[in-house]
Amino acid sequence: MIAVIDYGAGNLFSVHNALKFLGFENRVTADPGVLRAADKLILPGVGAFPDAMNRLRQAGLDQAIRSEALSGKPLLGICLGMQLLFEKGYEFEETEGLSLIDGYVDKILAPALKIPHMGWDEVEIVNPSPLTADINSGDRVYFVHSYKAVTAVSNINLATQYGQLVPALVSRDNVHGAQFHPEKSGGVGLKILNAFGEL
Amino acid sequence: MLAKRVIPCLDVKDGKVVKGVNFVNIQDVGDPVQCAIEYNRQGADEIVFLDITATHERRGTMADVVFRTAENVFIPLTVGGGIRTPDDFRELLKAGADKVSVNSAAVYGPEIISEAAYRFGSQCVVVAIDAKCVGTEENPDSPRYGKKKYHVYTEGGRKDAGLDAVEWARKAEELGAGEILLTSMDTDGTKAGFDHDMLQAVCEVVRIPVIASGGGGSLDSFVEVFKKTDADAALAASVFHYGEYVVDDVKQAMRGGGIPVRIQ
Repeated sequence: MIAVIDYGAGNLFSVHNALKFLGFENRVTADPGVLRAADKLILPGVGAFPDAMNRLRQAGLDQAIRSEALSGKPLLGICLGMQLLFEKGYEFEETEGLSLIDGYVDKILAPALKIPHMGWDEVEIVNPSPLTADINSGDRVYFVHSYKAVTAVSNINLATQYGQLVPALVSRDNVHGAQFHPEKSGGVGLKILNAFGEL
Repeated sequence: MLAKRVIPCLDVKDGKVVKGVNFVNIQDVGDPVQCAIEYNRQGADEIVFLDITATHERRGTMADVVFRTAENVFIPLTVGGGIRTPDDFRELLKAGADKVSVNSAAVYGPEIISEAAYRFGSQCVVVAIDAKCVGTEENPDSPRYGKKKYHVYTEGGRKDAGLDAVEWARKAEELGAGEILLTSMDTDGTKAGFDHDMLQAVCEVVRIPVIASGGGGSLDSFVEVFKKTDADAALAASVFHYGEYVVDDVKQAMRGGGIPVRIQ
């Protein structure tokens, strides 16, 4: 069973629907007990970094996610959920993240380009991971974001270019993060969710 | 490089798909969920549902269409038509919509844009503008002096709101809109090509994405709109709905014309 973590942010049901469509049993939950019982965790999210971390802390979910991830359980953060995996975020104010991957989250600096970075953009494979097994450089996925991760190249699996290098899929051991929305990226997105489900 | 998007639009009345030509002559055809699944299969980058139901039960019926579509289609879904309050946004987002478009209500009460952007994020707030050329700008102080002048129309294109469309688009962005869906009533239903002048006039004053609507006809019209304007997406209904060609035909034509597209 995959636990889709509900902390009052974002469109969780798209993730739930995509997993169901792929045939993976999953539960949308805010219960740390369900997180412990699950085989895998997905942390979705739309919104702002400080507010999301507050909500996770208030629900006692930050510690539950950290301890499950550190015990080796596969975790996938999506969009804001991916950004929360890093050590710090700089949206509005400096906020401590879940610190599961080294790096921080800061504004996309692209004065000549539209912000948010929204739409279907191409990804290239930087370091292959189990989630990129069925992905080819040049495939397009759906992004909606104004902030991006800054992390070591060794943590980056897929990247896109938007005035600068933007990490699209990152990982460290069992912890994965997608800046784009795999649940809204058509067939390519479903391949990535399927690969996560089969880990 | 971001792909230019191709967006089929489904006009929905009482849970069924219809397509208005110049906003009259409505013909009933098809189940919206099945149409959306088919468009997704053809390579649509996004799907827009426009609710044209006039009754109060509308919202529940539309939410159900969105809910059933979101179980089967994994690309962004936008819903518009008759949106009056931030709670209308909430209900449709909860049902599985990724964006909600607001039209007349934003003209009468622009604060709906800022309220919805604050509560749900700018990324899900689309401001739909129906506009028409009303002559030439005669005010010598206007930056658009001597150029075509466009007015915003409300109530499904029936009422001149007396508002300059280019200025309104700029204001909508300032209030927190994440995207502009610009329909030219002069080209809508004609299939003679998009309204390049109107689109470019708006593209020049906003930094948020602009969706071109009204006039999509030949395959070439989808290439031309991206060559002649800075629009980010093109929306069309009848050309796809009556199967004149499929979404992928448009994408292939765009690719042939050197426009970046997403090919599945």
